[in-house]
Amino acid sequence: MVKTTEESRSTARAPATTPAWPSDLKMRATGLDFYYGGRQALYSIGLQILTGRITALIGPSGCGKTTFLRILNRMYETVPHARPEGEVFLDGEDIFSLDVVGLRRRVGMVFQKPNPFPKSIFDNIAYGLRVNGMDRHSTLAEAVERSLRRAALWEEVKDQLHKSAYALSGGQQQRLCIARALAVEPEALLLDEPCSALDPIATAKIEELLFNLKDLCTMVIVTHNMQQAARVADYTGFFLMGRLIEFNKTAVIFKTPARKETEDYITGRFG
Amino acid sequence: MSFRTRWRKFVNVFMLSLTGLCALVTVSILFFILGYLLWYGGKSLNWAFFTHLPTPVGETGGGMANAIVGSGKLLLLASLVGVPVGILGGVYLAEFGGQTFSFVVRYTTDLLNGVPSIVMGIFAYTIIVLPMHHFSALAGGLALGVMMIPIAVRTTEESLRSVPGTLREGALALGTSKWKTVATVVMPAAMRGIVTGVMLTLARVAGETAPLLFTAFSNRFWSSGWNQPIASLPVMIYTYAIAPYDDWHRQAWAAGLVLLALVLVANIGARLLVSRGISFGKA
Repeated sequence: MVKTTEESRSTARAPATTPAWPSDLKMRATGLDFYYGGRQALYSIGLQILTGRITALIGPSGCGKTTFLRILNRMYETVPHARPEGEVFLDGEDIFSLDVVGLRRRVGMVFQKPNPFPKSIFDNIAYGLRVNGMDRHSTLAEAVERSLRRAALWEEVKDQLHKSAYALSGGQQQRLCIARALAVEPEALLLDEPCSALDPIATAKIEELLFNLKDLCTMVIVTHNMQQAARVADYTGFFLMGRLIEFNKTAVIFKTPARKETEDYITGRFG
Repeated sequence: MSFRTRWRKFVNVFMLSLTGLCALVTVSILFFILGYLLWYGGKSLNWAFFTHLPTPVGETGGGMANAIVGSGKLLLLASLVGVPVGILGGVYLAEFGGQTFSFVVRYTTDLLNGVPSIVMGIFAYTIIVLPMHHFSALAGGLALGVMMIPIAVRTTEESLRSVPGTLREGALALGTSKWKTVATVVMPAAMRGIVTGVMLTLARVAGETAPLLFTAFSNRFWSSGWNQPIASLPVMIYTYAIAPYDDWHRQAWAAGLVLLALVLVANIGARLLVSRGISFGKA
């Protein structure tokens, strides 16, 4: 069997039974069920997340899209009695058998409400690098600037890096959180309704930012805002009552959905 | 106005006055004690009180320098026992505890908080004084330290719980281990509350007398090291107040004033820290 270098790297770490992992695929879930205690929240989800693309997950409240997102970096583990069944792969590796700390370094997350640490702007960005053992100030300073530039925040904060992150506006705080997640150079970034607490102008800035970050990492965004999905995402998945109803290119989902439920939702007939 | 209406108004006014009176009693007790101590203690308080050793019976003058330093040493020892155990125990309850064991720990902590201080003294007496055959600062420090644990545990737990879960998730999502998240994000965010709790427990045990009577005992001279009987302000007050000498009574008042001042400063300082607590981000 002839392998590319990319494939041989991933298959070397993957279980022997896994077939060669396509290089344009970042993550894949198959037959994924999820339970909160005795209550089932997800039913047999199968979904592929392509490298360097933005995948949006839409659906009404409580449909399981955030639950699914929180499986991808195993954040569900903070909830007692939460239990997935099924398979999720990251570059051909089963995420449930990876070390959780290592997995979260590779798959970052941005939350619904901006959650900067009660530290300075600099220390917020440097946090993830410091816990990874980087402590040379010059290296940290470079990384902080690079991350803030990527998050389009550098120009606004470069003169106040040592001020508290709480002094920033809500939109700036959310871009700070994105910069903080980017600083550890994750392969994928999960965004859980990152604009739901922001006004339209701050939202537009974040959307532009996500678009520019596509070359840097793969993104999965959960959103309530269908226009947002249509604007930023390459692929869109529609969730309803714990099931993935439809998954396709964003244009297809929004123009010619195959399923009646999808059409009803995106045309605003429910949800 | 009917009788019922007048009766209702009377009961209303009567109960209002009664509750107000009780509130007034509560407040005035503190000011009564303060005033009394200031009056009698202030008269006997002078520079020598802070710098001199106690004088033999019959000689006037002298001070309680050894007891002030002794109380400081005992509180230091107590902190070495109570602060780490209390804080780390609180961290366990707030961050790592499961259901059953945490319930047991929390319940036990509350019971421990209710154990009479003299029983704590017997405990330290049994495990340190008896085997060593003499009173010591170590035994007194242990007794006070054990008394600090319950309040330190509960205030630490409360402060950590007030830190929003979103901060923990933010750190965990960066690939930070649970302990590092607690140590570098959650504990710094809760530090004011934790320090406040420690100060309140210190203020509380600073005035304890019973557990010291048969552990640290007392000492009329400087005690070097940690292995000898040591003087402390509460025990000095006790000894001097029940002695039949007027001069000693005056010294006891002065010691009471100094002790109360220390405790009040710690309490007020702790409350100032709390009121300037951090808020977490924008709503």
